[in-house]
Amino acid sequence: MGLTCNACKRKAMQDTYHIKKSNPNQMIIALAGNPNTGKSTIFNELTGLKQHTGNWPGKTVTNAWGIFKHKNQEFILVDLPGTYSLFPNSAEEEIARDFICFSKPDATVIVVDASCLERNLNLVLQIIEITHTVILCVNLLDEARRKKIKVDLEKLSVELGIPVVGTIARDKKGLEDLKDIIYKVCSKKIIPHPKMTTYPKEIEDEIQKLIPMIEPLVKNKINPRWVALQMLDGDLKILEKITNYPNCKGGCHDVRL
Amino acid sequence: MMSDYSHTLSADQFRDHIVTSLYKRAKEIEEAVVTYSKENKSTLDDKIDSILTSRLFGFPIMLLILALIFWITIVGANFPSKILADLLFSLEDKLTELFINFNAPSRLHGIVILGMYRTAAWVISVMLPPMAIFFPCFTLLEDLGYLPRVAFNLDRIFKKAGAHGKQALTMAMGFGCNAAGVISSRIIDSPRERLIAILTNNFVPCNGRFPTLIAISMILIGASSDSLLNSLFASGLVVLLILLGIAMTFLISFIASKSFLKGTPSRFSLELPPYRKPQIGKIIIRSIFDRTLFVLGRAVAVALPAGAITWLLANISIGNTTILNHIANFLDPFALWIGLDGVILLAFFLGLPANEIVLPIIFMIYLSTGSMIEIDSIEEMRQLFLAKGWTHLTCLNVMLFSLLHFPCGTTLWTIKKETQSVKWALASFIIPTLTAILICFISTQIASLFF
Repeated sequence: MGLTCNACKRKAMQDTYHIKKSNPNQMIIALAGNPNTGKSTIFNELTGLKQHTGNWPGKTVTNAWGIFKHKNQEFILVDLPGTYSLFPNSAEEEIARDFICFSKPDATVIVVDASCLERNLNLVLQIIEITHTVILCVNLLDEARRKKIKVDLEKLSVELGIPVVGTIARDKKGLEDLKDIIYKVCSKKIIPHPKMTTYPKEIEDEIQKLIPMIEPLVKNKINPRWVALQMLDGDLKILEKITNYPNCKGGCHDVRL
Repeated sequence: MMSDYSHTLSADQFRDHIVTSLYKRAKEIEEAVVTYSKENKSTLDDKIDSILTSRLFGFPIMLLILALIFWITIVGANFPSKILADLLFSLEDKLTELFINFNAPSRLHGIVILGMYRTAAWVISVMLPPMAIFFPCFTLLEDLGYLPRVAFNLDRIFKKAGAHGKQALTMAMGFGCNAAGVISSRIIDSPRERLIAILTNNFVPCNGRFPTLIAISMILIGASSDSLLNSLFASGLVVLLILLGIAMTFLISFIASKSFLKGTPSRFSLELPPYRKPQIGKIIIRSIFDRTLFVLGRAVAVALPAGAITWLLANISIGNTTILNHIANFLDPFALWIGLDGVILLAFFLGLPANEIVLPIIFMIYLSTGSMIEIDSIEEMRQLFLAKGWTHLTCLNVMLFSLLHFPCGTTLWTIKKETQSVKWALASFIIPTLTAILICFISTQIASLFF
């Protein structure tokens, strides 16, 4: 099942993302989402590449990126491994988390399955804590319709404070809208204002204690609230990463994890 | 900095609080934006699911489908296996003539032809036909979306074993490849339950071990004769072995979750992907190129050096016996104690890089130490094994050992990488191996009571 040539090559295990802009005007878009939400299908449709897709969660193991153009703007689309959360339990989740956090993509598109929104939202809520340039792509609307599930996309956008696009990637529906929104977010024509999750008082207190210590370290580059959460979760490596990460100092997207 | 805070809440408790808050908000948002229609319950998918995952029919249907696939494989693989073997071994004769014509040193002929070529030829003729039939069937189930239903059926039992329900999914992945199964354990959030899933993934036979199990079950039952009953028995035996593997997965998960990986199973919801119309062309291409040829390529790549090494071991003597016999004799007492022999045990160790080559190495050793026979069918394999003292018990124990023993090198390496610990990689070598030894010992003891 998960066995494909690519899944077993040593390359599949490399924790490196090597993305080079061929010209400085290119924008970097991260594509995140749970496994089996059609992330790879969207990636293929936008970039014209042919990543392995299939009816099984966890297909995308290797790191992939491709280029697409919209309104004369070139975008580099990075297909992150499918993850259910951003807790750094595994190399995969750490890659996704670190990419969104450190390499500062110009926008992050999160693909969710319209027919099981609740579980997919977990990841969305975690990502909006890291970055505010988030676009939600509610995919597989056809399957949801078949199951008689209706999603109020406008209300969802209000609840989360980020732009929401509905798509049926397999039938190429909604992809133009998605590109439009990506373009608008990248060119600051739309500025998302994600609504953060509030945690129980004991956790919020701890976060408030940590933030003043973290702020001078991260300057304005990384959300200190999120860093505090990572530390409380027991990830102390995060501070080391922040100080070592090239992108925190310069604007380079050539990233090694 | 952390130590100032750890006295109030541990990192684990923080994670729990954070996860609970996130889930709660996700649920609130979902309730606000999603509406379900009443008719939702009566879609065709749901009707099919209500049968395939029902308490009454779920398991029997699952077993029937598995048995059917093995039966098709067993019945279908025999004939092409023979043709391939005829072809490859007649080529061996030609190659031998060529070596003689060029006056090549006999040791070179030994290493290249009798060692490397022959082992590779067996790998191809024994492994290729079952794979070429089995993989497309299996990919078909994957493409239909049946496999997650299997996971769903097993979910309840996993929870009872103190493990995560999603372990059923990672186990299902393991049927394809244990290394992939280990990687897929990332879908389990709790580190404790992930480790359980990783440590026990090996108990389901991967692509590399299926053909071994299928071939031995055919030898044991004698399914090469055209008897329908025999082929049915052979496929039933493979199903039984898989059930045993799954039972061991539960048992070891249970023991682990009650001892060195103590804890309570965490809550989760397993969603079933919709049934999708399988794309037959894609299935064939994918299963041939992505799986069959890939697995075969890996097996041949490992078989070449392993064949050369085995031939050398079998033909270099220290004192008046070969190195190979020294090793086999050394392993023999222990191996016999668990109902195997030294050669088999040695083959399992030589097969560490890829389980596919265990059976070919066994032939190789038997043939290189005894008289040369041409083997081109399951029936002749059977004759060879009988001549080497194999009994029904030996066949059974080889299958049990293959099912339960240490995972292949790639899987172990993946486990080390995923757990970032040599300790857990070692544990995932030792736990299955001890299990295999114990089960083989028990079966040998039981057999000795009766015979």
